[in-house]
Amino acid sequence: MSSAPHRVAAERAVADAHRREWAFVLAATARVAGDFDLAEECVQEAYVAALGAWGRDGVPQKPGAWLTATARRKALDVLRRRQVFRTKLPLLVEPDEAEIDIPDEVAVPDDRLRLVFTCCHPAIAREAQVALTLRLVCGVSTADIARAFLVTEPTMAARITRAKKKISAARIPYRVPEAAELPERLDAVLTVVHLLYTTGHTAPTGDELIRADLVQRALHLNRMLLALMPDEPEVRGLLALLLLTDARRDTRVDAHGRLLRLAEQDRAAWDRTAIGEGHHLVVDAFRTGRAGRHALQAAIAALHALAPSYAATDWPQIITLYDALGRSWPSPVVALNRAVAVSMVDGPATALAEVDALARDTRLTGYHYLPAIRADLLRRLDRNAEAARAYRAALDLVDNDAEREFLTARLAETTES
Amino acid sequence: MAQYAVLIYSPAPADPMDLTPDYAALLERYPAQVAELGGQILTGFALQPSTTATAVRGDLVTDGPFVEAKEVVAGFFILEAPDLDVALKIARLNPATIDGGVEVRPLFVPPAE
Repeated sequence: MSSAPHRVAAERAVADAHRREWAFVLAATARVAGDFDLAEECVQEAYVAALGAWGRDGVPQKPGAWLTATARRKALDVLRRRQVFRTKLPLLVEPDEAEIDIPDEVAVPDDRLRLVFTCCHPAIAREAQVALTLRLVCGVSTADIARAFLVTEPTMAARITRAKKKISAARIPYRVPEAAELPERLDAVLTVVHLLYTTGHTAPTGDELIRADLVQRALHLNRMLLALMPDEPEVRGLLALLLLTDARRDTRVDAHGRLLRLAEQDRAAWDRTAIGEGHHLVVDAFRTGRAGRHALQAAIAALHALAPSYAATDWPQIITLYDALGRSWPSPVVALNRAVAVSMVDGPATALAEVDALARDTRLTGYHYLPAIRADLLRRLDRNAEAARAYRAALDLVDNDAEREFLTARLAETTES
Repeated sequence: MAQYAVLIYSPAPADPMDLTPDYAALLERYPAQVAELGGQILTGFALQPSTTATAVRGDLVTDGPFVEAKEVVAGFFILEAPDLDVALKIARLNPATIDGGVEVRPLFVPPAE
C-alpha cells in the first residue's frame, strides 16, 4: 500500500538523487549501453521507476546504486531486444552482465570524470561541449539549456544530437586522458566550467544581469573536479576565481536592478566566507609553482576582494599579475583589462593610448567592453564629446538590459556636463 | 577497431613530385610510427596535383578542384585504430601537418538492422 508520507519521501529522494547522482548513474549506464542516447533514455526510465517503487517500498539505502542497477538492466534489455547486442558488445568497456545484479554496487568516482572529459573532448565544438556537459553531467533538460543560451529548443536539441552522434560515429573514447594529455584536455574542461559560470555571471542577453542557476552549476562542477583531481593547481585556481567573483554577486546591482561598478559596490556586503575560501585556494595553487591562467586570474580577483576600498587596491601588483597572465595566455581581453589597472597607476591618458592600440585588434571588434572602457577613460580626461561617442558605440553592441541601462545613464551624465 | 579515412591537405597544387627529400624521409618512417601507436594503414593513395582536377556540378563541368582553397586534398589513407584519440595521435605525426593539415573522418558503417 502506498502511503502519503512514503510518496512525499520518495519524491524528495528522487529529486535529490537527480541533483546528486545523475552523472554517476548516466556514466555507469553509458558503459553498458555503448551510446549516450540509449543510456539517457534508460536513466530517465529508471528515475520514473524509482518514483513508483520507492513510494511503494520506501527509499533504498543507496538510491544511486538502485538507479544504476535499474538503468543498466533496462539498457541490456533494450540491446537484447534490438538484437544488436552482438555488434555493440565490442564497444563495451564493461560487458560483464553478472556485475549489474549486485544491488549495492557503487559507481567509481572516475565515471563522472570520464563523462566530463568525454563531453569536453577537443574534437567537439566548444559551444556543444558546454551544452553536452549540462545535459549529460548535470542532467539539465534540453529546454533549460536552450533557454540559458537563448536559442530555440529544436536548435539546442539538434546541437546536442550532433555532438552525441560525433561521439559514437568518430568513436571518441569514454575515458580520462592520460597524464601526458591532461593539461590540454583539462584546459577544455576548465574552459567549459568557466564559460558556464560567465554565462551565469553576466547573462549575454536578457533582462537579468545574473543567472544564479548557471552559476550554481558551474560551482558544483568545479567542486566535483577538485574532489576528483585534488592536485591540479588550475582546478583550484578556477574554483578560487569563481568563488572570489561570486562573493560580490549581491552587490553588483542596486535595489532597482541597476548595475554598480566595482568602485560603487558595498564591500561590507561581500561574502567573506567565499572570499576566505577563494583566497586560500589561490595561495595553494601558487604554492605548487604551476599556477596557470586561472590561478593568475584568481589572484587578481583576490586582490580586489581583499582591498579595503577601490582606491586602496594594490594596482601595481594587479598590473604585474596581468603581465604574467598575458604571457601564459596572450589575449586582447587580458590586455584590455590590464589597461584599466594602468589607468589607476599611470593615469587615464596612458591607459587610453593602450586601449586605442588594442582597438586595431580585429578580435575585439564587437566587444562592447572596449568602447565602454574607452568612454570611461575619456570621461576621466574631461573629453566629454568623445566619451559620449564611445558610450554610444558601446550601446550599439550591448545586449544585456542591465548593462544597457548603465551605459545609457553614463551617456546622459556625459552629455549633461 | 574503428576505421577512419585520413585526408591529407597540402598547399595547392600539392604536386607529389615536388616533395622534398626531408618530407619523403618522414613519410618513410610513418608506417612504423602508426603501428607503434596501435593503428594500421589498410590502404592509401597519393593524388596528382589539384591543377589536374575537374569539378562536376549538375551539368556544369569546370576546370580545377571542387572548392578553391589554399590547401587541397593531396591524398588519403584508410586507418584502423581503436578510437579517435589514437587516430588523432597518428594523424598528428603525419608530415602533412607541418605546412598543411589532415582531416580524420570515421568511415560510415550501415546500421545493423
